[in-house]
Amino acid sequence: MLLSLYLLTAMAEATRLSSNGTAQRGPYISVITNRTTNLLIRGTMLFGVGVFLALVLNLLQVQRNVTLFPPDVISSIFSSAWWVPPCCGTASALIGLLYPCIDRRLGEPHKLKREWSSVMRCVAVFVGINHASAKVDFANNVQLSLTLAALSVGLWWTFDRSRSGFGLGVAIALLATLATQLLVYNGVFQYTSPDFLYIRSWLPCIFFAGVITMGNIGRQLALYECKVVQEKIHQD
Amino acid sequence: MTVRERLRQNISAAFYRHGLLCASYPVPIILFTSVSILTCCYPLLKLPLPGTGPVEFTTGAKDYSVPSHEPQGDLGERPDWYQGPPVAYIQQVLVKAAVSPWDSSLVPVDVFRSPLGRVFSLLEEIRNHVYTDRSLETLCLQVTELLPGLRRMQSILPEHGCLLVSPGNYWQNRRDLFDSDPDILKTVHQHEPKGIHTSATLKDLLFGVPGKNTGVSLYSRKRVVTYTITIALSSYDARFVASLRARLKQLHPSVNCTLREDHMVHVHFKEEIGIAELIPLVTTYIILFAYIYFSTRKIDMVKSKWGLALAAVVTVLSSLLMSVGLCTLFGLTPTLNGGSIFPYLVVVIGLENVLVLTKSVVSTPVDLEVKLRIAQGLSSESWSIMKNMATELVIILIGYFTLVPAIQEFCLFAVVGLVSDFFLQMFFFTTVLSIDIRRMELADLNRRLPAEAGMPPPPKPGPLRPREAPPPPRPSPHTITLQAPAFRNLRLPKRLRVVYFLARTRLAQRIIMVGTVIWIGILVYTDPAGLRTYLAAQVSEQSPLGEAGLPPHLGVAPVFPGGDPTSTLSVLPAPEPTPLPENQSQGHGASRPGGAPLTSPQISWGSEDEEVWRRLSFRYWPSLFSYYNITLAKRYISILPVIPVTLHLNPQEAIEMRHPQDTQHAPRSSAKTTDLQTDLTLYKVAALGLFAGVVLVLLLFCLYRVLCPRNYGQNGVQHGRRRRGDLPCDEYGYSPPVSEISPLLLRGHSMDIECLASDGMLLASCCLAGQIRVWDAQTGDCLTVIPNNGYIRTHTCTLKCCPLSLPGPPLRRRVTPSRPTLFGDQPDLTPLIDTNFGELPPSHTTVGFGFDFGGLVEKAYKEHEASPTMHFTRRRSLGDPPVAPPERINVSPGEWDSSVWSLELRGNLIAAGRSSGKLELWDAVEGTLRCCNEDGSSGITALAFLNNRIVAARLNGSLDFFTVDINKPLGLLQYRGPPGRASLPSSPCYSSEDVISCQLTRSVQCAHQKPITVLRAAAGRVVTGSQDHTVRVYRLEDSCCLFTLQGHSGGITAIYIDQTMVLASGGQDGAICLWDVLTGSRVSHVYGHRGDVTSLVCTNSCVISSGLDDLICIWDRSTGIKLYSIQQEVGCGSSLGVISDSLLVTGGHGCVSFWDLNYGDLLQTVYLGQNSEGQHVRQLLVLDNAAIVCDFGSELSLVYVPSVLEKLD
Repeated sequence: MLLSLYLLTAMAEATRLSSNGTAQRGPYISVITNRTTNLLIRGTMLFGVGVFLALVLNLLQVQRNVTLFPPDVISSIFSSAWWVPPCCGTASALIGLLYPCIDRRLGEPHKLKREWSSVMRCVAVFVGINHASAKVDFANNVQLSLTLAALSVGLWWTFDRSRSGFGLGVAIALLATLATQLLVYNGVFQYTSPDFLYIRSWLPCIFFAGVITMGNIGRQLALYECKVVQEKIHQD
Repeated sequence: MTVRERLRQNISAAFYRHGLLCASYPVPIILFTSVSILTCCYPLLKLPLPGTGPVEFTTGAKDYSVPSHEPQGDLGERPDWYQGPPVAYIQQVLVKAAVSPWDSSLVPVDVFRSPLGRVFSLLEEIRNHVYTDRSLETLCLQVTELLPGLRRMQSILPEHGCLLVSPGNYWQNRRDLFDSDPDILKTVHQHEPKGIHTSATLKDLLFGVPGKNTGVSLYSRKRVVTYTITIALSSYDARFVASLRARLKQLHPSVNCTLREDHMVHVHFKEEIGIAELIPLVTTYIILFAYIYFSTRKIDMVKSKWGLALAAVVTVLSSLLMSVGLCTLFGLTPTLNGGSIFPYLVVVIGLENVLVLTKSVVSTPVDLEVKLRIAQGLSSESWSIMKNMATELVIILIGYFTLVPAIQEFCLFAVVGLVSDFFLQMFFFTTVLSIDIRRMELADLNRRLPAEAGMPPPPKPGPLRPREAPPPPRPSPHTITLQAPAFRNLRLPKRLRVVYFLARTRLAQRIIMVGTVIWIGILVYTDPAGLRTYLAAQVSEQSPLGEAGLPPHLGVAPVFPGGDPTSTLSVLPAPEPTPLPENQSQGHGASRPGGAPLTSPQISWGSEDEEVWRRLSFRYWPSLFSYYNITLAKRYISILPVIPVTLHLNPQEAIEMRHPQDTQHAPRSSAKTTDLQTDLTLYKVAALGLFAGVVLVLLLFCLYRVLCPRNYGQNGVQHGRRRRGDLPCDEYGYSPPVSEISPLLLRGHSMDIECLASDGMLLASCCLAGQIRVWDAQTGDCLTVIPNNGYIRTHTCTLKCCPLSLPGPPLRRRVTPSRPTLFGDQPDLTPLIDTNFGELPPSHTTVGFGFDFGGLVEKAYKEHEASPTMHFTRRRSLGDPPVAPPERINVSPGEWDSSVWSLELRGNLIAAGRSSGKLELWDAVEGTLRCCNEDGSSGITALAFLNNRIVAARLNGSLDFFTVDINKPLGLLQYRGPPGRASLPSSPCYSSEDVISCQLTRSVQCAHQKPITVLRAAAGRVVTGSQDHTVRVYRLEDSCCLFTLQGHSGGITAIYIDQTMVLASGGQDGAICLWDVLTGSRVSHVYGHRGDVTSLVCTNSCVISSGLDDLICIWDRSTGIKLYSIQQEVGCGSSLGVISDSLLVTGGHGCVSFWDLNYGDLLQTVYLGQNSEGQHVRQLLVLDNAAIVCDFGSELSLVYVPSVLEKLD
């Protein structure tokens, strides 16, 4: 996370520098403008964010221990299987790279509030949705699922509002749920309490919100590349 | 008109009125808002403070009954957690034991060995106590096994039985193990963790009193051992407890014990936040701060960015507090964990509206009144604000109908928070914004005032800003203002800055002072080390009347000399035959006449013993129970009144219990040495304190000497070369070391220098007297002097005939022609002054004002003042000086042809354009005239010499292209061959080797409608700027006009073009235009100056302009945004140059300053000469080899700046 934050600042700095329209491009900026490297950097950052969010949100899901004796921090962070955070990271990197790509293909660039503050707000709401699903006591699971679905759609409406975003979100959420279901069938892990057709019904909602969030981050990161490339074209 | 539009209009109008109101009465509105915030937050006082500390509730022990689960009607002061049975009832037996009388034959280990040994019998007693049919086993809290992680404590803490904790647990409650333990202290301390720990340690757990109070130490002064036996009971049987109490009290009576026994304290523990729960919380807060950071970063173009960001955050936070307060007021008690939902609330409410408001207000026209700006800004955003708010409210209301209590509560908070946020935005933030904008306006005004004073009075005393001058599109982000040249200083290194900051604010001293005061306050308030009691004890021990100082009920002892125990004991309530050792010991002490009294342990019971657990960490109970996986979170325990037990042991008993190794510990300390020790300790402490104080004072003094800024001036380098007064000092009196940059003075001209030209190797200058001097740009040697009219040596009448004109005011070269006409034949120019404003000659382009004209000139002027209107005021020179039309010059060509108006240097050829329209080519090294061209008759105002072409701009607006034909390339001409006179008739000798001819290839007669003011050539283009508001671009090869660039609304005064085809132009309207030379289109257009733009320089990233307002503005080249501006001294605005991409040099009064372009920092100021203060630098030329040449007065100064460059690199 720290690394990715650092990269983020560095990238912003680079964009700022290059937006000044100077010809004094150091090797660093040329690295940023290099397409492959840029892709790599973005992927790494998204991966880092994904892993971090997976770890933190997993902690949220950890049920409150009865004991006051402070449990082992490390063990509670890595209470889930070791492969879950990397999977989340990879998935988020893919999604974050896919979104701007699809935007470019469809030719309808994302217009709505392309600022970091908006992205931060989106992430905060996503964490809030997770928090609600983990900590708030709902009367029954239907209520929980409906609330979460409403919240997720609200998230999409507030921060995305693009049809491609919605479609991709739904598709990926369904795919991810399916994958999880397969894993469960194969006995890799078990839900604590499956409520609907052997799955937790809130899982797709969480997936959907996560896809929207990561897509938002990915688009914001891609903005830097766009800027730099535009700058380059302009200068040439 | 639809309803929607009507609504929109109404909202907009309402917001407009509201904005007017807020901007008109800022202070009352802010006061009103603060009062309403405080009122709304008032209910918050009733809420319990968040925290994890335990809460207590005290009930009487007598009529105690287990509280029922159901909340009863009369809650009273009963807290809501006081329901149901507690986790456990805690019965503590507080044991205080001492060996008395203290005998000189005893060793320090005896202080605690035998008292600790008595714990086993006590435990036995407690365990075996039976009341009717109940024993401890049936009542106590049965614990199972320890948590898996606590295996190492298995031998110590009880398992599978009663939770009964005492120091005896160290030895598994077995007397024989204790007896065979050679080193008790080691046993006790082996389980202590290293380092600092906040939670309860094992020693605290087992002893039940804080570690330092146990008295289990070799150096215990009081020789009283204190410990507790803690029993956890699962059910409360009052009779059993009472019988146990009675039994123990009977066995071990406490004499002067007045502990209250009727109170039962219930302690409720909140849930503690584990690290696992903390991490998500911290993450949300990090995201929140990132959100706030990214949001407030967007606030721009205001006076105080930080202030507004703070106001925005305050708005959101206080709206949250208000929402909680209001909800509490209306009976809703928050049940959610405030800390964890807070970030979400902030994110939901958001800072967006605030930012939108700011942006909207800032983007209103600057020249409006503040009130109107606020109102306009508000009303233009009113619709979107209302729409957003309505949307959010609807979303939150939908959330309210999820019927999940937690979400409902959240939504309720959010709704109230949103509404109060709206209220605060409208009243608080808008008002703060209006104050900020007003401040910015004031600052703007202040900044402009000096420039205004120097300007001619505005044509009409209208509003602040003349209407016809378009306002600058953006207010300047900030302006660097220099108060006086004396304050110019080096950019100090960082560490020095830190030190200066510390020194200036006296930070270290203040922190130390405040720290000391706080420390003393804490010391006095808490008395942590028991200083008072210690001192009192010391005094009572030391004084010979020690016994008299004791409390009276103990003071009875001397009445019984020799000590009669039985009679003393008869007074006591407990008829136990245990001797009262205190009294005995006192008796002994008193009975020893003259002998120093032994310090015998006294056991006293005070109110602090009532609740001994209070002195422990509040985690004591939770950690004790957590060992057995019992949580106390959200539950409570009941602590029964403590049972005091006093144990007095005989010295014999203590000796009997000794372990053989005990005597080897610690040397026997006799009573004498003990006394001596105490004395010594006191003295030692005093001496150490004194020493430490002295050292501290010395250290502080040294620090002060080091940090003290005043010493810098005195101890600084004593400069031999300069007087101190000459050195620029900063406000701390620090004078920077003499820089290695020493300007080279080039003297020789008798008059003020008019023209300056250089090609890097050579430097040519021409003074008012018409003398041209050529200097070596490296060494500063004068190579050649070409006197006025060098080829007609005798023609010196110019100087004689009209001496007044030549030393005239040191205006730039193009003013000179006006001089003769003024003085020579047209003294009455008053009509011209009024009428000729239209056809302005370019005379005033670089003339600064505030110039020291010099005594001679002034005198000359006074003598020759033809009419009272002729006094040459700054105003006129600034604005529109009266100048004769160009043809007037021709009236007396013979007299005035000598004045050189323009000069160019290329290779070793000097091209000089004269006022007579003659173009001369001189050999720079030999000082000979190589060729001359007299094709034109109008004065050459500007010259450009590029490759072998010379372009001359004439006063009548025509542009002449000359070709210089030489039979050898120009570069080879240098220092070669005899001085070949050009093939000109005036040339006395002729050399066939170097034939230089200058032919007019093309003359563009009407290049401009009005006189050409600026001519620049680079990259194969010639760019001219004229009074007729246009810029023309010519191709150099075929002198074809490529573009006529129109866009200025005033005459062109400055043009910049370089090899990269960057073209910038500045005009009299204060506008700067950037053009694309290839297409002729205007790239950007900014208004930067009040008055003319006097010079323009571009670097890769920015455009630097200076104007008559003495402001140097730095613009971002790509966006046209003003980065910052530097306020120059009066009259020094025009001279500037760029050495590298990041180094700007500007001229000042007798000095040049170097600036870091990226940050606008002043790097260094170089003073050019001893007495050059009065002269200001008018021209500044940057050479290729990191040298700059500037002229001031009749002197040139050559400054090398390699070191500055190095520093930047």
